[in-house]
Amino acid sequence: MESGGIIMSVNPHTRPGDEQYVELLTQLQAIDFVLVELNLYLDTHPHDANAIEQFNELTQRRWKLANDFEALYGPLMNFGHSYSGYPWQWNDTPWPWQV
Amino acid sequence: MWIYEKKLQYPVRVNKCDVRMAKFLLEQYGGADGELAAALRYLNQRYSIPDKVIGLLTDIGTEEFAHLEMIATMVYKLTKDASVEGLKAAGLGAHYANHDRALFYENAGGVPFTTTYIAAKGDPIADLYEDIAAEEKARATYQWLIDMTDDVDIQDSLKYLREREVVHSLRFREAVEILKEEQNRKKFF
Repeated sequence: MESGGIIMSVNPHTRPGDEQYVELLTQLQAIDFVLVELNLYLDTHPHDANAIEQFNELTQRRWKLANDFEALYGPLMNFGHSYSGYPWQWNDTPWPWQV
Repeated sequence: MWIYEKKLQYPVRVNKCDVRMAKFLLEQYGGADGELAAALRYLNQRYSIPDKVIGLLTDIGTEEFAHLEMIATMVYKLTKDASVEGLKAAGLGAHYANHDRALFYENAGGVPFTTTYIAAKGDPIADLYEDIAAEEKARATYQWLIDMTDDVDIQDSLKYLREREVVHSLRFREAVEILKEEQNRKKFF
C-alpha cells in the first residue's frame, strides 16, 4: 500500500462519494485494518519489537493519509481530533451508511 | 471516553432491496451473539479483569461497535427503498407496525435485545472462556448468514466480519494463557 504522493494526483473539485473519495477511503480502511490487527496482536504479544516498529511506522503513514483525506472531504473525527472549515463541516454528508 | 470516526471499518456495498436478508441480519444486530452483545460484554468485563487483558477487552469491545455499524448499514441499505407490502411479505410487517423503517435492537425472530445475553461472572478465566464461546458462536452465525444469500457484495462484508470473529477468538485464547501463566507465577513465589 503506497500512501505517499496521493495528494499530487488529487482533483480539488471533488465531492464526497465521488470516485476519488471511495479510492482514498479504501486506502484509509486498508491501512487501518493493518493497524487494528497489529494493535490486537500487540495486546497479547507486548514484547514483539518488530511489530511495535511496524505499528509506529504505519501510525505515522496513517496520520498523513487521514490528513490528506480530511483536507479534501472534511473531518473524520469529532471532539477536537479533526479541523473544520467554514461553515461547520461535521454535519456534512455522507455519513458512513450513506456512502 | 470514545471518539467517533466518520467511516466504516470495511466497505458495505448494497445495490438492491432485500428485506428478507435484512431481517436475518438483525440476528447480528440485536441477537444473543450479535455485535451489540459483544461490545457491551467486553467493555463491561474490563472493570473486574486483571490489568494485563484490559487493553485487549477495550480494543475488541471498541471494534465490535464498528461491526455493529456495518450490520446497521447493511440493514438500512437493504430496507430503505422497501414498500410496506415488501416489508410485510418478508416478515417485517410486525416490525413496521411498531418501528416503521427504523432499526431496532432485536434478533432475526423479532425478540428485543436483553442484557441477559451478556454474562459477567467476575472470574477472569470464566469470563474469557465466555468471550471465546461468544466469538465462535458469532462466527457460526456469520457463516449461516453467508449461506443464506447469493449477493456477492453482502457476502464480502459478512466474510470480513466472520474473519474478525476468528481473530478475536484467537486473541482471547492467548489472553487465557497469559492469565494462567500469571497465576502459576504467583503460586511459585
